[in-house]
Amino acid sequence: MPSLGTSFGRGGATTFQQDLQNADCIVIMGSNMAENHPVGFQWVMEARERGAKVIHVDPRFTRTSAMATKHVPIRPGSDIAFLGGVVNYLLQNELYFREYVEHYTNAPVIIREEFVDTEELDGLFSGWDPEEGKYDVESWMYEGMELHASAGQREEGFDATKGEGSGHGGAGGGLEHGEPPEEDRSLGHPRCVFQILKRHYARYTPEFVAEACGCTVADFVDVCETLAANSGRERTSAFCYAVGWTQHTVGVQTIRTAAIVQMLLGNIGRPGGGILALRGHASIQGSTDIPTLYNILPGYLPMPHTEKYGDLESYIEANTSPTGWWGHFDAYFASLMKAYFGEHATPDNDFLFETLPRIDDDNSVYFTIEQMLKGAVKGYIIAGENPAVGHANGKAHRLALSKLDWLVVRDIVEIESASFWYDSPEVESGELAPEECATEVFFMPAASHTEKDGSFTNTQRLLQWHWQATEPKEDCRSELWFYFHLGRLIKQKLAGSEEKRDRLVKALRWEYPTHSQIQEPSAEAVLQEVSGWKVETGEFLSGYPGLKADGSTLCGCWIYSGVFKDGINQAARKKPHWEQESYVAPEWAWAWPADRRLLYNRASADPDGAPWSERKRYVWWDADEGTWTGLDTPDFGADKDPHYVPPDDAKAEDAIAGDHPFIMQADGRAWLYVPQGLEDGPLPTHYEPHESPFRNPLYSQRANPRRQQNKDLPEDPYNPVAGEPGSDVYPYVATTYRVTEHHTAGGMTRSIPYLSELQPAMFCEVSPELADEVGLEHGGWATIYTSRSAIEARVLVTDRIPSLTIDGRRTHQVGLPYHWGTRGLTTGGSANDLTHMALDPNVHIQEVKAFTCGIRPGRRPRGADLPRFVAELREQAHSRREQEPRVEPEETRKTTP
Amino acid sequence: METTGVPAGWEAYGDERKERVGFFTDTSVCIGCKACEVACKEWNLIPEDGLVWSGESYDNTSQLDANSWRHVAFVEQRKPLRVGEDGEPGIDRGDPDGDALRWLMSSDVCKHCTHAACLDVCPTGSLFRTEFGTVVVQEDICNGCGYCVPACPFGVLDQRKIPSTLNTGHKPDLPALGPLERGEKEDGRVWKCTLCYDRLKGGHEPACAKACPTNSIQFGPLDELRERADARLAKLDAEGWNGAQLYGRDPDDGVGGFGAFFLLLDDPEVYGLPPDPVVTTRDLPEMWGNMLVAATAMVAGMAAMFLGGRR
Repeated sequence: MPSLGTSFGRGGATTFQQDLQNADCIVIMGSNMAENHPVGFQWVMEARERGAKVIHVDPRFTRTSAMATKHVPIRPGSDIAFLGGVVNYLLQNELYFREYVEHYTNAPVIIREEFVDTEELDGLFSGWDPEEGKYDVESWMYEGMELHASAGQREEGFDATKGEGSGHGGAGGGLEHGEPPEEDRSLGHPRCVFQILKRHYARYTPEFVAEACGCTVADFVDVCETLAANSGRERTSAFCYAVGWTQHTVGVQTIRTAAIVQMLLGNIGRPGGGILALRGHASIQGSTDIPTLYNILPGYLPMPHTEKYGDLESYIEANTSPTGWWGHFDAYFASLMKAYFGEHATPDNDFLFETLPRIDDDNSVYFTIEQMLKGAVKGYIIAGENPAVGHANGKAHRLALSKLDWLVVRDIVEIESASFWYDSPEVESGELAPEECATEVFFMPAASHTEKDGSFTNTQRLLQWHWQATEPKEDCRSELWFYFHLGRLIKQKLAGSEEKRDRLVKALRWEYPTHSQIQEPSAEAVLQEVSGWKVETGEFLSGYPGLKADGSTLCGCWIYSGVFKDGINQAARKKPHWEQESYVAPEWAWAWPADRRLLYNRASADPDGAPWSERKRYVWWDADEGTWTGLDTPDFGADKDPHYVPPDDAKAEDAIAGDHPFIMQADGRAWLYVPQGLEDGPLPTHYEPHESPFRNPLYSQRANPRRQQNKDLPEDPYNPVAGEPGSDVYPYVATTYRVTEHHTAGGMTRSIPYLSELQPAMFCEVSPELADEVGLEHGGWATIYTSRSAIEARVLVTDRIPSLTIDGRRTHQVGLPYHWGTRGLTTGGSANDLTHMALDPNVHIQEVKAFTCGIRPGRRPRGADLPRFVAELREQAHSRREQEPRVEPEETRKTTP
Repeated sequence: METTGVPAGWEAYGDERKERVGFFTDTSVCIGCKACEVACKEWNLIPEDGLVWSGESYDNTSQLDANSWRHVAFVEQRKPLRVGEDGEPGIDRGDPDGDALRWLMSSDVCKHCTHAACLDVCPTGSLFRTEFGTVVVQEDICNGCGYCVPACPFGVLDQRKIPSTLNTGHKPDLPALGPLERGEKEDGRVWKCTLCYDRLKGGHEPACAKACPTNSIQFGPLDELRERADARLAKLDAEGWNGAQLYGRDPDDGVGGFGAFFLLLDDPEVYGLPPDPVVTTRDLPEMWGNMLVAATAMVAGMAAMFLGGRR
């Protein structure tokens, strides 16, 4: 999300799945789309039928590869090396879309003299302070500018080491006049972004890519040439990615590299182009839009920071961009407060800003688990998630849960996260005794999606409404019912309280009509509140331009404003696409923002407003009417002339020029180089995974210097790496993934016979070469182990998990689906018992796509023998290392001036 | 017996006869998602068929039987998906060592043969030809004799045994259709794909076709499907797809053409299908004829012995 947010202005997929049918080339990387988005994949198939190239770059040959026109295997964790190679190839061979790059990106912008690149600092950027363990980003900034984040600027004095500052949505930068003061349109200035980019990737040659990734030079060059041949005025290419990219300590930077490729090729904002971030299972896009994340408020407004800078004015100022749509931050915020507090929030009391909780630290899930293990967390609510199986280092999670006083689990079946205290590997091994575990577990059965009204927000930002089909059984209740009545009861209990901390709860606007025997709250009423209305008249708002900062509008989420336009539930519109005029099908459901399906679509027209070509027309300027028009809602000021030049004192969206399509960015441009907003660099750099058998071929800086890791948590030990003594105990590269037949941590699928019988056992996938080397038998059993734990799995020997040659060495992979646990009709080892909790610093996402492991034939030890087995191997590996203690370069090198 | 390409018994419907419908399964677009298997089970309330990990690639269903009416086969091959005009791999698919790799996926189903041996041999009339030209078992008539089981050249028919999870006394999550009158461990009747006869009566397409996200399973009038398949094969041939062929499309084949036919990407044997299926009752008239001749000869011989003996 921050990758797309900092590059383009919004942290979400730039296009929609149906648009893939228009692509001339589709690159699927860091994704197994056919297996995990099978229905959306039909649009890739449609493109293929029309003659498009479909390229799947992936360590494994999956059901997606089977449908592709080309599969290129690469080592897990080498995606930046590959994509950086593509950037270099395009630049060296002048295959980029010059006009697009010059006008629509920040390629011409000149960067400060103080900036020093990784090429000169052996893998670090300027500004690294080993004591703080982070970068001072000042030297990264535009020449002559004070940079200021669009949303999520860390406030002065606040310790930003935990990454809250970048936000998840529109994190661009705030520039004073909408235009950087120093730029070179000829792209020749040595410190312009374009030249910096060239130098930064100069060593990512095809030969380097082959060495680092394990593919052939020929395959790599073919991908570059295919992309180049299918981009430009007449043709477009699309990228599809998913957690194969995000679940790395360099996840955000990996996506950024693809964003750079697409910017150079001129594919963003164009039909058949863009970057499709594939998510969407169970409304995960919606769960960041109306967030279940600790550091943001609805619509990606940042959660306010510590008390010290706690007044509304400084909060607004820190987060308002002088240019772009974040210039109306105050209106979005005020309207949100009206939704929370109704009449209690007024301009006079700063909309009760002071009652909002503050964050002063990382409160992301892995950090919370760490605190839980130390006994610092008393209670926990787990709703619709199964961390005991689905989160990295499952054992650490289960042990952490055993330290709680109380735990509430809401789910449709009793998942491992609820049963850990009597049914878990730790109970089997004796590490947890049910009679000694003091956690009081409340299991609250949940209603399923057919038993309630509501919406899902899918991968393309589309809100689709579903209607209740049947009443929930017995005690099963929806999330809405649970939280509404919980809130109602808490309000009741606190009604007489005089405590300052209870002001917020008392002031909460908590009236929703309820119906049915169980008093189910109206989901549509909630949707209306999210969409918003004028306080005085009750008139429904038609979009966020109508939001005001004076308390006259109420809106629960500014990017969703308009979903109840005209009093109609727009998300419930169900006119099938074959009954509509174009494939864009705008009358099916509703997409944010403002029902635009393809974002940044002004870029589908040239600087003068004409489509780049007839074949790729999408949105264009109608000079007679004086408006933008086309197949979709223009993602631009409807009547802003393409030749508009903002006057000096222009503010907010008026400060964005007529030929700058990226309206959420402070300068209206796509950012090849990100001066501020990311923890680990303005440009992506190849770093090795936290656990890797390889040294970094480019730098002595081995891994992401900013990655989060646990230095003193005994439950999260790490394998020795890259030729360190002891790394031979865990010599293989492991990767975890999903299969179509099961869903994530298995809570929803392992209890269903029809799905369980399709994949009825935990299995590992290995190449014939690895099987030979280790003595694994197809159909037999294997034990896979890391410093954390060991599991067993059935062995599937297959050519689809290739062994590759990296850095002159033969490298084997172990493939592990992660769906299994101890409960349900099909049970088995949890792959996440093997993984560790080192994280991407921007989004705190775990690196479960590339780590190291050992494997041997046979079933695992039982009972107490299991932890003993794991510990012995760990001792064996670490004891040798202790003799030569490892100090990573980032711990001692300083690159501040 | 001559194969005429028209199911016997279907024409007998007269005015009530409907256009003959069936499936064209285009395996070149199958993504192996198994939505067809699940949709079929959900619609028809079919019991779970055993939680057995087979190790056969991603195929844990293994075969069609009484409790699996759609079965997705997975075949991993060291062969290119497409070849150029010179026979060389046209699409670069392989690992760095240069070997091609492809993964064939195909959803198998009852063929609803034009000449269906199962129909021919059923002694109770339980198996019958519907007005749509499909072949359906009437479960309230089937007596579990099992004659149809060896008659099918594809091994589709099977007698239902309730899976072991029910035998242990564990309460089944799903109903098994019909009363368990013959004891709790066996159902014994034959169950197979009905081409969703009930859905057809309601004007809907079968559950598997509806669920398939890539339109691999296509439902419609059979002659239209055959035309579509011919065009599809021509396109794939032009694009150099390696081994593309139609299976069961030809009304002159051994079963008079399949009601549910396929586009495969290799020979049928590769998918576990018989290469040249013949309706097993094809030679029955001749066999009865021979038997008549033999019986007559035997009677004549015995008569000659007796008559001769009296003189």
